[in-house]
Amino acid sequence: MATLQTPAPPAAGDEELRRQLTGAGLEPRRKRADRAMTVVVALAFALALVPLVSVTWTVLSRGLERFDLYFLTVSMRGVFGGMDAGGIYHAILGTLLITLFATLISVPIGLLCAIYLVEYGRGRLAKAVTFFVDVMTGIPSIVAGLFAYALFALVFGPGVRLGIAGSVALSVLMIPVVVRSCEEMLRLVPNELREASYALGVPKYLTILKVVLRTAIAGIATGVMLAVARVIGETAPLLIVAGTIDSINTNVFDGRMMTLPVYIFGQYRQGNVSCVAGAADCIPTINFDRAWAAALTLILIVMALNLLARLIARFFAPKAGR
Amino acid sequence: MSLTPTRRPEGAEPSLTPAESMTHGRASLANRAFARLSTASGVTILALLAAVTVFLVIEALPAVTTSPAELAERISWFPETGGILGYVGPLVFGTLLAALIALLIGTPLAIGIALFISHYAPRRLAQGLGYLVDLLAAIPSVVYGLWGSLVLAPRIVPVQDLLAQYLGWFPLFDGPAAQPARTVFTVGVVLAVMILPIITAVCREVFLQTPRLHEEAALALGATRLEVIRTAVLPFARSGIISAAMLGLGRALGETMAVLMILSPGFAYSFALLQAGQHQTIAANIANQFPEANTAGVSTLIATGLVLFVITLAVNMLARWVVSRRADFSGAN
Amino acid sequence: MAKRIDVSDLNIYYGSFLAVADVSMTIEPRTVTALIGPSGCGKSTFLRTLNRMHEVIPGARAEGKVVMDGVDMYASDVDPVAVRRHVGMVFQRPNPFPTMSIAENVLAGVRLNNKRISKGDAQDLVERSLQGANLWNEVKDRLDRPGSGLSGGQQQRLCIARAIAVRPQVLLMDEPCSALDPISTLAIEDLIAELKNDYTIVIVTHNMQQAARVSDRTGFFNIAGTGKPGRLIEIDDTTTIFSSPHEQATEDYISGRFG
Repeated sequence: MATLQTPAPPAAGDEELRRQLTGAGLEPRRKRADRAMTVVVALAFALALVPLVSVTWTVLSRGLERFDLYFLTVSMRGVFGGMDAGGIYHAILGTLLITLFATLISVPIGLLCAIYLVEYGRGRLAKAVTFFVDVMTGIPSIVAGLFAYALFALVFGPGVRLGIAGSVALSVLMIPVVVRSCEEMLRLVPNELREASYALGVPKYLTILKVVLRTAIAGIATGVMLAVARVIGETAPLLIVAGTIDSINTNVFDGRMMTLPVYIFGQYRQGNVSCVAGAADCIPTINFDRAWAAALTLILIVMALNLLARLIARFFAPKAGR
Repeated sequence: MSLTPTRRPEGAEPSLTPAESMTHGRASLANRAFARLSTASGVTILALLAAVTVFLVIEALPAVTTSPAELAERISWFPETGGILGYVGPLVFGTLLAALIALLIGTPLAIGIALFISHYAPRRLAQGLGYLVDLLAAIPSVVYGLWGSLVLAPRIVPVQDLLAQYLGWFPLFDGPAAQPARTVFTVGVVLAVMILPIITAVCREVFLQTPRLHEEAALALGATRLEVIRTAVLPFARSGIISAAMLGLGRALGETMAVLMILSPGFAYSFALLQAGQHQTIAANIANQFPEANTAGVSTLIATGLVLFVITLAVNMLARWVVSRRADFSGAN
Repeated sequence: MAKRIDVSDLNIYYGSFLAVADVSMTIEPRTVTALIGPSGCGKSTFLRTLNRMHEVIPGARAEGKVVMDGVDMYASDVDPVAVRRHVGMVFQRPNPFPTMSIAENVLAGVRLNNKRISKGDAQDLVERSLQGANLWNEVKDRLDRPGSGLSGGQQQRLCIARAIAVRPQVLLMDEPCSALDPISTLAIEDLIAELKNDYTIVIVTHNMQQAARVSDRTGFFNIAGTGKPGRLIEIDDTTTIFSSPHEQATEDYISGRFG
């Protein structure tokens, strides 16, 4: 490589050597290229922070306007036009319930599948499972929604909208994430611990349940939290199978269910309200205001889950020691 | 000191002769049951993926078997001519176009960021900086949609105008630039931001795996940092970068909400990135039409969803294949 | 408690690779049998077949007979899990369970098997096992601290306490001192001398002085070359092996000419 040519050996005296060792001897072109790269790379990083800062700032500044106890504790029932009313209680409830059921479906399947891959999996079945878990992580969320719809439409007929269908859609997205993170955590458990347990005459399933899982539990909990955080903001599948509704529904097995992301989209879509001049109870931007405040709530929930995941990882990890 | 107990504690191994106590018992039954259960979970994953495919095909079938004329009659938004392929075609085009723009903007940026974190930033800061980029992934897509359409779209107008003014001779930047900027260009920018974290994370991982020896060999030859990266890091990471980009592409292809909320839809095969009302993606189209669609409409939309599924599946499998090939051939261990 | 083990014509395979060939030996009760030999000669592999731990490694299998007091440990109706309750094992590197306290580690063999044990009996068992492992005095006032907080030598004695708490008849030790400092090694060696009053002990060691110090009988394993299986060259009283072995290879090895 041309640029790697060694500089000519120091011809005479300390000055020449000194010049070379301080880098002044480097061909200017190489030095400039190196500097330019440093700048480019740092700029790339700075550029990535622009949207992060902008999104955070906008959501905070626009969202705080309506973000209060009233907003969090009422639904949209009976709210219309530009009324200075309405909240997201029904959407928070729906999001929590649908995500809860998605977690209840995904975690047992995902964890057992990870156990299969790490502790039992050999040969072609294990290879196939690994491969298709990878493939599953790439399923677009809208396709997961269509799948849940297709599944429930076969049973309940066309036009079905159910909270649990939303949970099923989210599970399709969540299971591969849970499998991946659990698998990683189980592989981190040193084999020596398994052997120690076997040598005590403990059967394999008890070794897995009481030694391997016990050792990896903090990591698994962290992984599950992060998986929940990832699907809790999903919009498209819920828009399709859970539908929209203005009032509270606490039964995932019956009827439409509002969720926070769908609520944000719904409010956004309604756009500006055209108020009659002089109308007392009419805010033109009310729908956008609600959307931003709901977005703030959603981000806070996601951040709380992320934080919780990190805290679990930090405080419940097995103590190494002294 | 003798360990022979005078009294055996309860719960300690009772003194059976080996012949009695070493044969299969209840535990081994439970053992096999547990092994079966976890294997069944593995099989469930395969079944689930098969189910996704089968159910989508079942529901999409009516749209393929019904005559185009009848579909056009029953669905208000179905084209009069061209049939189902004519309907999917522009959507596929729009989907690929938006995802490719995102990839072209996102990949170089992500490589830069990953290099910054792995080789330029001070060691102590690196992890925190990586976490900052990961935060981008924590923002829900619907919030990106909100931000893209209410904050970015108005602000990107001058950029679009500049592009149209000076690069307008190039078909991609054919003017006049739309105002507000509900264009596939804006969508591409937002998608690029959304896929940054995944590409960056994979690239970072690969860069950090560069064999230390290669890097030190380059350094010992008097290479500058840039030269180390060019000679030791990038060649080693090439297939890793490709697969990272593919994963990002997979994400961008399936992204729904940001597109739905930003793009002003249209059904043309147009390369004019700066014009509104020209493009639409499969995912956004489904989310847009599905809530109000009738039976025939739903079936048609599911058929388009199936097309999206196949495209993303192909992209992801290709990405995994590149990764697995790399695992086989990389000398690093 | 202690049992005799008779091994006859044992071949050990990894997949189709023959790792150890044709081993026959008798392990006497209440003695320490040391297995020595160069690296890769299969002594650890052989040791693991004595409690069927080698089966944990995929593809590993053994042919031949291992008989403990008249019971063939490889008979089809014998459960390997049960075998390991009769033949305990201590590993090269101390491996206490990181999620458990010192006391819980000692009780692991009982608790992990879902057995009930009253609080008093549990305390008894912990105290007796820790005393048996010469560790009681050092840890008696911190039994609820994590086992991983102990020093390496203490951890290894904790692992021995854990192994003897399930009251095995035989104790296998796979280079138990190789990760320890000389002082800790001495403590373990003293312990082995005490334990042989109650247990049959088989110890694999790299260290010939250690074999000479702790064992009553010594077996020498050797390997003809890479790819060839390891074989038992001879086994005899330790004094005989170290003073006047029958085989030339043994003499070469113990006099330090190779390995």
